[in-house]
Amino acid sequence: MGSFILRRVGVMLLTAICLTFIVFCLTNLYPNLEKLAKTQGNFRMSDEAVASWLDNNGYGGPMLVKYGEWLGVLPGWTRETEDGLDGRCIRAAAEGADPARFCGVIQGYWGYSTVFREEVGEIVAKRLGLTGILMFWVLVLMVPSALLIGVMAGMKEGSVLDRSLSTVSILTTATPEYVSGVIFIAVFTSSTVGLKWFKGTATSAMENPTFENFFLPVLTISLYGMGYIARMTRASMAEVMTAQYIRTARLKGVSFPNIVVKHALRNALIAPFTVIMLQVPWLLNGVVIVETLFNYKGFGWTLVQAAGNNDIELLLGVSVVSVFVVLLTQLISDVGYVYLNPRIRIS
Amino acid sequence: MDPLSTSQIALRILAQFLPVWIALVALFVVSIRYKRRLGLYGKLFDSTIGMIGFGLVMFWVFTGVFGAMDLIVTHDPLAQLSGMKNKKPGTPLPSPEEGEYAWYLLGGDNLARDVFSRMVKGAWIVVQIAPLATLFAFMVGITLGLPAGYYGGRLDTVLSFLANLILAFPVILLFYLLVTPEIVATGVPQYMAVVLFVFPLVFFGVLIHSRYRAQPQRNRTMLAVVLVPLFLAYMSLINTPGSKIDFWPLDVFDVPGGILVVFVSVVFVNAPTVFRIVRGLAMDIKTRDYVAAAQTRGEGPWYIMLWEILPNARGPLIVDFCLRIGYTTILLGTLGFFGLGLPPESPDWGSTINEGRKLLSIYLHPALPPAFALLSLVLGLNLLADGLREESLRD
Repeated sequence: MGSFILRRVGVMLLTAICLTFIVFCLTNLYPNLEKLAKTQGNFRMSDEAVASWLDNNGYGGPMLVKYGEWLGVLPGWTRETEDGLDGRCIRAAAEGADPARFCGVIQGYWGYSTVFREEVGEIVAKRLGLTGILMFWVLVLMVPSALLIGVMAGMKEGSVLDRSLSTVSILTTATPEYVSGVIFIAVFTSSTVGLKWFKGTATSAMENPTFENFFLPVLTISLYGMGYIARMTRASMAEVMTAQYIRTARLKGVSFPNIVVKHALRNALIAPFTVIMLQVPWLLNGVVIVETLFNYKGFGWTLVQAAGNNDIELLLGVSVVSVFVVLLTQLISDVGYVYLNPRIRIS
Repeated sequence: MDPLSTSQIALRILAQFLPVWIALVALFVVSIRYKRRLGLYGKLFDSTIGMIGFGLVMFWVFTGVFGAMDLIVTHDPLAQLSGMKNKKPGTPLPSPEEGEYAWYLLGGDNLARDVFSRMVKGAWIVVQIAPLATLFAFMVGITLGLPAGYYGGRLDTVLSFLANLILAFPVILLFYLLVTPEIVATGVPQYMAVVLFVFPLVFFGVLIHSRYRAQPQRNRTMLAVVLVPLFLAYMSLINTPGSKIDFWPLDVFDVPGGILVVFVSVVFVNAPTVFRIVRGLAMDIKTRDYVAAAQTRGEGPWYIMLWEILPNARGPLIVDFCLRIGYTTILLGTLGFFGLGLPPESPDWGSTINEGRKLLSIYLHPALPPAFALLSLVLGLNLLADGLREESLRD
C-alpha cells in the first residue's frame, strides 16, 4: 500500500510539472507578452520598445529558464539600472527586507496580478475560499440525492420506479449548467414569470449566503453531476442485487429493506465513490460557468477574468491550483478505491 | 396586423417545420417496415426509449439540413429589422415587404434579429461540427488506443501518461489557452490540427494495408483510391491562406479560422477519453480465443487489432459515440457561452444563450429557445445511446 501511494504521488508530481510547463509556455507565448507590454506600457509602442520593455521586466530569455525562475528552482533574474539593482526577487521582497535568491511558486511568491493590482497568492486564496463554500454545499446537495436516486432505481431493476428515476437522471446529464441555469433564472427569478422565489445573482452570497441567493447556483451545479453519479450507483446496485448472497438472504427470509440497507448498500457504494471523486474536475467546469452566470466572484470567475484580460501571472496561479485539485482528487480516488475494495487491497 | 396568440404561434411554428415532419415520418415508416433487415439500427425500433431518442436527434438533423437550404427559416438570421428589438414572440413586422414572413415567431433579440431563424441556423452549426469532431476524436483514440491495449508495456505507459495529462486539464482552461486570438496568431492550433487530422489517414492506410498485404496489386489500388482523396482533403483542411501554414497550391476548400480552432480543441479534449475506452476494450478482448487463433495463423499485429479486436469492440464504441456527440454539443455550447472561437454574430446556440442571458430578468424569449434546443438534442442523443446499449446487450 505504501509503495503504491508513493508511486502515485511521484506520477502526480511529474504530471503537475508537465502541465504547469505547458500552461506556462502557452501563456508566455510572444503575442501574449506583446499584448501585456502594450497594456502595461502604452498602446503605440514600437516593436523595439516592446522588446526592451519585455527584457527589462524579465520576460526575455529562454522559456525553460523563465519557467525555472517562476517555479523557484532557478535564481530570479537581476539587472543593473540607474536606480540600483532591479530583479524578480527584489520586487517580490517586502519593503526593507533582504531579497531572497530564489522566489517562485515553491517559495510562495506567485506573482502580481495586473488586473486586480494585488498579489496572486492572496487573490487565489480569497477566491478559493468563496468557491470552497459553493463546492461544499454542492456536495452536500448532490452526493446524498444522487446516491438515493441510484439506490432506489437499482434495487428493483426494470420497475416503474427504476424507469422514471433513470429518465430523470438521463435528463439531468443532458442539461449542461448554462442551460439549466438559464431556465432556473427564467422561471424562478424573472418578473415575467412572476414567481420570484430566488435571486438571479449570487453576488450578495459572497458576504452573506442565504437560501434565497445561494440555492440556485448550488442546484445548477449539482444537477449536472447528479445524474451521472446516480446512473453509476444504479448500475452498481443492480449488479449487487443479482449476487448470490443477496439471493441467500432473501431465501432466508430477510425483509427487503433490511437486504438493501444492511447487505447490498455497502458493496454497491464502492464504485460510486470513485465516480464522485472523479466528478470533482467536472464540478470545476460547472463552477466556472455558474459563477459567470450568477456573478459569484469566486475561483471560476477569477479564471475567466484572468484569461479574458491577459493577466498572465494570475492565470498561471489559477491553473496551478486547478490542476492540483484535479490531480489530488484522482489520487484520493485511486487510493480510496484500493482501500475500500478488499479484493484489490489483499492481493 | 395584430400580434399572434400563443396557439397561433405554436401552429405556425409546426407549419414552418413541415419539411422536417415529412422527412421524419418517411424515415420512420421505411425503418420500421424493414427493421428486421437492418441489423442493430433496425433493432433500435424495438425499444421505445431508443425510438424517442432517435426521433429527437433526427428532428434536429433534418432541421439543420433543411435550415441550411433556407427551407425552415423565416428571416435572415443576421438581418436586423428596425423596431423589432426585444419584441415578444408573435410580433408582426412594422412594414413587411412583399414575400417577407410577416411575424417574428419567437420574437426578436436585443439586436432585433429573429430568434426562431437563429435557433434553426444554430442547429446546422451543431449538426456539422459535433459528429465530425467526434469522428476525428474516435480515429485518434482508436489508432492510439488499440496498440496501447494490445502491446501494453512501455508504449502503453507513455500513451496513458499523455492521455491523463490532457484529462487533468480543466476543459475551460484548455479552451481559454487554445482559442484566444493571440494563440491562434502563433499557429499553435494549426500545428495541432496537422497532428490530429493525420490520424484518419494513418487509420485507413493501416486498415487497408493490413488486410490486403498478401495481394499487392489490389492493395495498391485500394490504398490509392482511399488515401489520395483523403490526403487532398487533409491538405486543404490544414492549409489556410494568410496563416502559418500556407504552401499547398491545391487548396480546394477553406474552413473559416474560428471553426477550425473550435474543431481542433474539441477533438483534442475528446480524444484521450476515447483512447482510454479503446485501450480498456483492447486489453479485455486480446485474451479471447479468436485472437489467439489469429496469432497462430500468423496474422500481423495490426490485422489482429483492426480486423479482429475492433469489430468485436463495436457495441460499446457505438454507444459511446452517441454519448460523445452529445458531450461535444455541450462543449460547443460552452465555447459559445464564453464567446470563444466562433464569431460573435454566429447563430450557434451557446453564443445565443450567452447573449440572451444578459437581459434574462426582463426578456425571456431570446435565451430560452436555444437552451431548450440544446437540451432536447443532447437528451435525444443520450436516450439513443441508452436504447442502443439495451439492444446491443440483448444479442
